[in-house]
Amino acid sequence: MYKIVSAQFLAENIKKIEIEAPRIAKKRKAGQFVMIRVGQTGERIPLTIAGSDPEKGTITIIVQGMGKSTKELNLKEAGDTINDIVGPLGAPSHIENFGTAISIGGGVGAAIAYPTAVALKEAGNYVITINGARSKDLVILENEMSAVSDEAYITTDDGSYGFHGFVTQKLQQLIDAGKKIDYVLAIGPIPMMKAIAEVTRPYNIHTVVSLNPIMVDGTGMCGGCRVTVNNEIKFACVDGPEFDAHLVDFKNLTDRNKIYLPEEKQSAEAYAHKCNLQKQVYATIGVYNAIIMTFMPFFSLPGRAFFG
Amino acid sequence: MDAQHITTKERLAIPRQEMPAQSPGVRIHNFSEVHLGYTPELARKEAMRCIQCKDPVCVKGCPVNIKIDQFIKMIAEGNFLGAAKKIKEDNVLPAICGRVCPQEDQCEKMCILTKKHESVAIGNLERFAADYERQTGNVELPSVKPSTGKKVAVIGSGPAGLSCANDLIQLGHAVTVFEALHELGGVLVYGIPEFRLPKEIVKGEIEGLKQLGVVFVTNAVAGRSITVDELLQEEHFDAVFIGVGAGLPWFMGIPGENLLGVYSANEFLTRVNLMKSYQFPENDTPVFNCKGKNVAVFGGGNTALDAVRTAKRLGAEHAYIVYRRSEAEMPARLEELHHAQKEGIEFMLLMNPVEFIGNDQQWLTGVKCIRMDLGEPDDSGRRRPVPIKDSEFILPIDMAIISIGNGSNPLIKQTTPDIDVSKRDTIVVDMKTMATSKENVYAGGDIVTGGATVILAMGAGRTAAAAIHEKVMNTATN
Repeated sequence: MYKIVSAQFLAENIKKIEIEAPRIAKKRKAGQFVMIRVGQTGERIPLTIAGSDPEKGTITIIVQGMGKSTKELNLKEAGDTINDIVGPLGAPSHIENFGTAISIGGGVGAAIAYPTAVALKEAGNYVITINGARSKDLVILENEMSAVSDEAYITTDDGSYGFHGFVTQKLQQLIDAGKKIDYVLAIGPIPMMKAIAEVTRPYNIHTVVSLNPIMVDGTGMCGGCRVTVNNEIKFACVDGPEFDAHLVDFKNLTDRNKIYLPEEKQSAEAYAHKCNLQKQVYATIGVYNAIIMTFMPFFSLPGRAFFG
Repeated sequence: MDAQHITTKERLAIPRQEMPAQSPGVRIHNFSEVHLGYTPELARKEAMRCIQCKDPVCVKGCPVNIKIDQFIKMIAEGNFLGAAKKIKEDNVLPAICGRVCPQEDQCEKMCILTKKHESVAIGNLERFAADYERQTGNVELPSVKPSTGKKVAVIGSGPAGLSCANDLIQLGHAVTVFEALHELGGVLVYGIPEFRLPKEIVKGEIEGLKQLGVVFVTNAVAGRSITVDELLQEEHFDAVFIGVGAGLPWFMGIPGENLLGVYSANEFLTRVNLMKSYQFPENDTPVFNCKGKNVAVFGGGNTALDAVRTAKRLGAEHAYIVYRRSEAEMPARLEELHHAQKEGIEFMLLMNPVEFIGNDQQWLTGVKCIRMDLGEPDDSGRRRPVPIKDSEFILPIDMAIISIGNGSNPLIKQTTPDIDVSKRDTIVVDMKTMATSKENVYAGGDIVTGGATVILAMGAGRTAAAAIHEKVMNTATN
C-alpha cells in the first residue's frame, strides 16, 4: 500500500496527486513513468511522473479522469492509499544543450512537458513552452511553466485565454518569425503530436514525442505496447516512451489504442452504476442520520451518552 | 497388498495408475485444475510398482537428484509425510515441480520399467506427497541456522529466485527478494495458467518462505527501481542473485504483426493469469473476447499449449496450434499435448505463417500460411522445416497469439555493463557456481539458459545458493 500525501484538482477532472514512493522519488528522471494499480482488482495503468521530492520521498502525478481506473484514482484524497506503484519506468528523456528548445503540452500533456522543460532549462537551453488547452479553465501548470521558460505561451481552442488556436499554429508562428529552433518536444493527444510532427518535418527540426500505448506490465515483458517506429517494432515501455516524431507510425498507434474500446466503455458504465448506487446508499444513510439526530433528545440518557 | 512382502513379479503386474482428472467436456468451461490428484490408495498402488532398483537411475535423470527410490518406498508403506520430507531434502517446491516438470524427459525416462512396461508415475507421486502434506496441515518449517550476519539480495521471485532464497535463509543469511510485478511467483503466476498450476499452491510455498524470514519487496524493477550496484554498494548486500527470467517476447517479423488482435503469448497469459481478465469486468483488465472466435497460437512449446487451452476456456470456437514442424518435434510436454488434443485443440502442423491479414479497421481477419516439409536435421537435432513452393493458403482467424519464445530483458544489461552477456543477451556464468563476471553477483534460470523449465531454474538457484554461501562465509565483513 502506498500513501497519498496530498491531492487537489488543478482543473475540472484533472487532479494533482502526491504519493509516498521514496525509491522512485530518488531515481526518477524527466520523461519516465510509473505503473499504478489503484485497488486489489485494478488494472495496471501507466502515468508519467510530473515531479518528485527526493527529500520528502514523494512523487507527483497529474491525472485526467478518463476511464474507470483514472476516475477511481481521482477520487483519492490525502491520507488514502493505492495498492501498487512501480517505477521509474521507461528511458529518461534525452536531455542536452540543444540551443533553443520548445516543450509543447496539449491538455494534460502539460504535466509531462513540464518536467522535461525543467530538465531542458537546467541543461542550459533557451526554453520556450507552449501550453495548450480547450479553454481557459482547463489550462494547468501555467505558473510552473512560465517559471522555467524564457518564453511561455498559452493557447486555447476557443480563444478564452492566451493565443486563440492550436499549439501547432503557435509553433508555426514561431517558425515563421524566423526563430532558430533546435529541438521540439510534444506531448498530448495523438492527433496533436502527429500534427506537430508534420509542422516541423519540412524544416527538419529534431522533434520528439512521448507515446501512450496500452500497457500491461510496463517492464518489457508483454509487448502489448509495441509501436512502429521507422518500420521497426519497438516496445514503448523499455525502448521509449519518447521517440523521433518523424519516424512514428501514428496511425498504427491510434488503431491499437482502440483495441479495448467496448470493454473500456463497459467497465466505465459498470463503475458509474456502482457509484450511483453508493450515492443512493449514502443518501439513505444521511436520511437515517437526520432522523436519529432529530429524535435524539427523546432517547434515554445512556443512549445519548453513546451517541453524544 | 503389503509393501514389504510383494514380489517383483507382482509389482510389475500392477498397471500404471492414471491420476483422476476433470473430463475434457467439463474442464474446457472452467479454469480449475485439470488433474484432481491421487487418492492415498491410488498413490500406494502406484508406488508399489517401483521395483526399488539397487542403482536407481531415475535419480540421475532428475536435475536436482531427488531420492526418488526412497520417497516412493515411503509412499508404498503409507508414510506419506515422511515421503514429503524426503523430497524436500532436494526439492523445495515439490507441489509445483510434481505438476510442471517434464518427467517424461527426465526421471521417468530413465525408469528401468520403461524397457518393458510403463515407467513409475514419479511426478504424480511427488505431487501426491507434497499435496498430502499441505492438505493435512502438516507442513513443517525447516530449521534455520543461526544468523551469519550476511545479507543476500535475490532479484526475481520465480522458481530460480525462490529456491535460492530458500536455501540461503536456511543457512542463516538475511535474504531480501525483489520482484518487479505486484505479485510474487514470477512465471509461476503470470505464465502458467491456473488449470495447470493453481495459484494457491504458489502462494503457499511463498508463505512458507516468509515464515522462515525471507523479506519480499514487490514493485521493484531491477535496473530501474534498483540497480545491482546500488544493492551492493548502497544497500550493503554481500551478494546478489539474478533470477529475472527470459521476459522479452519475440515477434516473427512478418507483415501485419501490429494488427489489432495479434498478441504475444506473454501478454495474453499475463492478462488472463496475473490480471485475471477472465473475470472481467469484476477485475478491471480486459482481454480479447474469444467467445465464438477463431484463435490461432503460433509455436509448439508449453507456453503455446497454455495459451491455446486458455483461449479454448475463454470460449473460442476454433482454437488452433500452428506449428512449422511435426508433432514429434514439439517441445511441449507430452501430457499437455494429450490434454490439449482431448480438449478439442486443432493442430495445424507443418505450417508456417507468412503474413497477417486485417480489415479496414485494422482488425485481424486471417493469416496466410505456407505448408512445410521436413528436411535434414538442424543444429537442434530436429529435422529442419522447409517451405513447400506455392502451397500458401489463408486460415481465417480473429486472434493470433505468438508463442515462439522469449529473449532477455535488456534492463540489467543496460544498467550493469560489467556483467558479461552472450550474443543472445543471456548472462554468462560459471555453471559450477553460477557466478557472473561481476564479483559477488550470481545468476540462474532462464536469464542464463534462455527459456527452459521450472526445475532447471530451481536447480540453478540452489547451485548459486551453495556458491554464495561459500563465498560470503569466506569473506571478512567490511
